[in-house]
Amino acid sequence: MNSPDLTRSAVPFWNDPDKRAVVYQILALGMVGLLGYYLFSNTLANLERQSIATGFGFMDKEAAFEIGESPIPYSAAHTYARALLVGVLNTLKVSFIGIIFTVLLGTFVGIARLSGNWLLAKLSGIYIEVLQDIPVLLQLFFWYTIFYEILPSPRQAVSPFAGVFLSNRGLVFAVPHYHPVYALMGIAFLAAWAGVFLLRKWARRRQERTGRLFPVIRVSLLMVLGLPIGVWIVGGAPLSMSVPALTGFNFKGGMNISPEFAALLLGLVLYTSAFVAEIVRAGIQSVSHGQTEAAMAIGLRPGQILNLVILPQALRVIIPPLTSQMLNLTKNSSLAVAIGYPDFVSVANTTINQTGQAIEGVALIMIVYLCFSLLTSLFMNWYNKKMALVER
Amino acid sequence: MEKEKSILSDESNIRPPATQVGVLGWTKKNLFDGPWNTALTLLILFFLWKVIPPLINWFFIESRWASTSAECYAADGACWSIITYNIRFIIFGLFPPHLQWRPLTAMLLLAGMLFYSRDRRHWGKGLGYAWAVALFVMGLLMKGGLFGLAPVESTQWSGLPLTLMLSVFGMVAAYPLGVMLALGRRSRMPAIKSLSVVYIEMIRGVPLISLLFMSSVMFPLFLPEGITINKILRAQVAIILFTAAYIAEVVRGGLQAISRGQYEAAESLGLNYYQQMRLIILPQALKIVIPPTVGILISAFKDTSLVVIIALYDLLKTTQSVLSNPKWMGFSAEAYIFIALIYFICCYAMASYSRRLERELGANT
Repeated sequence: MNSPDLTRSAVPFWNDPDKRAVVYQILALGMVGLLGYYLFSNTLANLERQSIATGFGFMDKEAAFEIGESPIPYSAAHTYARALLVGVLNTLKVSFIGIIFTVLLGTFVGIARLSGNWLLAKLSGIYIEVLQDIPVLLQLFFWYTIFYEILPSPRQAVSPFAGVFLSNRGLVFAVPHYHPVYALMGIAFLAAWAGVFLLRKWARRRQERTGRLFPVIRVSLLMVLGLPIGVWIVGGAPLSMSVPALTGFNFKGGMNISPEFAALLLGLVLYTSAFVAEIVRAGIQSVSHGQTEAAMAIGLRPGQILNLVILPQALRVIIPPLTSQMLNLTKNSSLAVAIGYPDFVSVANTTINQTGQAIEGVALIMIVYLCFSLLTSLFMNWYNKKMALVER
Repeated sequence: MEKEKSILSDESNIRPPATQVGVLGWTKKNLFDGPWNTALTLLILFFLWKVIPPLINWFFIESRWASTSAECYAADGACWSIITYNIRFIIFGLFPPHLQWRPLTAMLLLAGMLFYSRDRRHWGKGLGYAWAVALFVMGLLMKGGLFGLAPVESTQWSGLPLTLMLSVFGMVAAYPLGVMLALGRRSRMPAIKSLSVVYIEMIRGVPLISLLFMSSVMFPLFLPEGITINKILRAQVAIILFTAAYIAEVVRGGLQAISRGQYEAAESLGLNYYQQMRLIILPQALKIVIPPTVGILISAFKDTSLVVIIALYDLLKTTQSVLSNPKWMGFSAEAYIFIALIYFICCYAMASYSRRLERELGANT
């Protein structure tokens, strides 16, 4: 009876939800805009008064500061842009290695938490509880102290194995001298992984068609280990090692892991793995016991039960929070600035101090970390789509 | 019949074997169940035997509890004297020594309020007002300047009171902001929704340290000439803005868990948006998310330690400045273990409270 138009004209506009919404939104946007304008104009005035340069022109200038460790060649004569790139690479390095160790350790502790062995379960519980409840920054300081104060100087370095030296200058160990065969070994290793991937696909197809199983894991292991070793033997088995030797006050030769890097890695891995362990435990517990019993009843072996029944279901629960923990580890790696590891935030901080261009510096930090987060959430969405329950 | 009875009454016949019950049974089932488990248990016992006695030795037997630093250097064990000797500085930092009863009272008041609020039967309007008064009294005790209390500069606020202040006020201010952001993200108005989404995702995407840098180096540029805001307040604002985004995501989870029927029923009663949220939706949604909110509180408490990087004198920084004193150099492990213990006790208490609450709330619904 009442046409919508009639009711609309009957109510005043402040009682019409649609019109009111428009007013609210204009007000909200206006307020944000005004605030932004206020801050922007203040900033411009301040910058002019303190004669601070603006823009990213400083990127091409000479950085004039050294960076302790760098995966790419870098010296104080290089530009700020290159210094910042070194920072990004250092952040990626510690995050990448940290994530691998965290997942391994976290999975181990999470499974140990559910172990039938009372002692092991209790110890894992204590590990999780203690490391979760202590701020990660404090843990970093603690490990850095251990590395720096308690370990001896290079002259009295501890050598737990031949060719490995532990001192307050870091961990030094022997590495093989460069030889072209190693590059080939790397290629062989990658090729083996590609082969494993194809083998898995083929085995899965064959099993679906004929029901016959193929020992995928054993053959894969053989390929991944065997192929590079085979290449190494064919290439003449080069064995010359660069053994660290004490010259003056420090070691020469070999590979050096700085105490900053080691402390950062250890602190991040121990802290994050406690959270990962809880995630893994929850994931495994989320698969009901009936699933295991049903799998046993159709005659699967324990390894198959884990592989074909438990893991695919547990992973669906585990992966989303696990990715957010990986992201947390990456974000927490910014605490490196407190113990002097030259990660991105640390380099950007030096840049801010030298150029005085705080706004550009902080903006760069935020943009880089936002990119990491964005990439991670893109991966997450892709994975969730792939793993989502396909219902009939 | 007689015979059967005698068998039943003879207890040795109906008791389970000694290896199945009691201490022995428990040990067998939990520690020595099969060769693999036995080997594992023995391995762990060996490891503990290697690690625990030297640690106990270092911790308690060889340690010095109240001595000068020279005696500490001579001893082999831990030097707890660094704590006992410097405890006032570690806890209260730069706060004027003769006024340190004030932060102590504030902290005791906080502990008392937390202890009283622990019981869910005490929750209500009265408790809310009590908290408002208590927070005001705590702030007054720190700042002074009223009722004959000598004023204390905020640059002298430090140590544990600063850590607690940053986290308590951070949480109290971040909570309403987070709820508003969560409602904004669920809003049907596109402008408000996108503003909230951009804010939440941006803050959650960057590390807290970048916000703290922003507060320490960038924020002074935002203000007109002549106006300065002190460092602690700026860091506090950064912590509030950071925590609010995380609370918003937790609260959004709660809002999504409320069924559509609740919204529709509230609407059909003729309640407007604010009444719907205040009377129907939020009470239910916020109740569901109490446990994860406590989780956010715990991480906010731990994250306050990051202010050490922008040179605020929180608990970690006071400890470090004790350590930079040449007299006490080299006892960092002891000092860090002590403050780790403080953090651990606080976080563990919150975490176990959250677990208890989760159980209680789960049993209620």
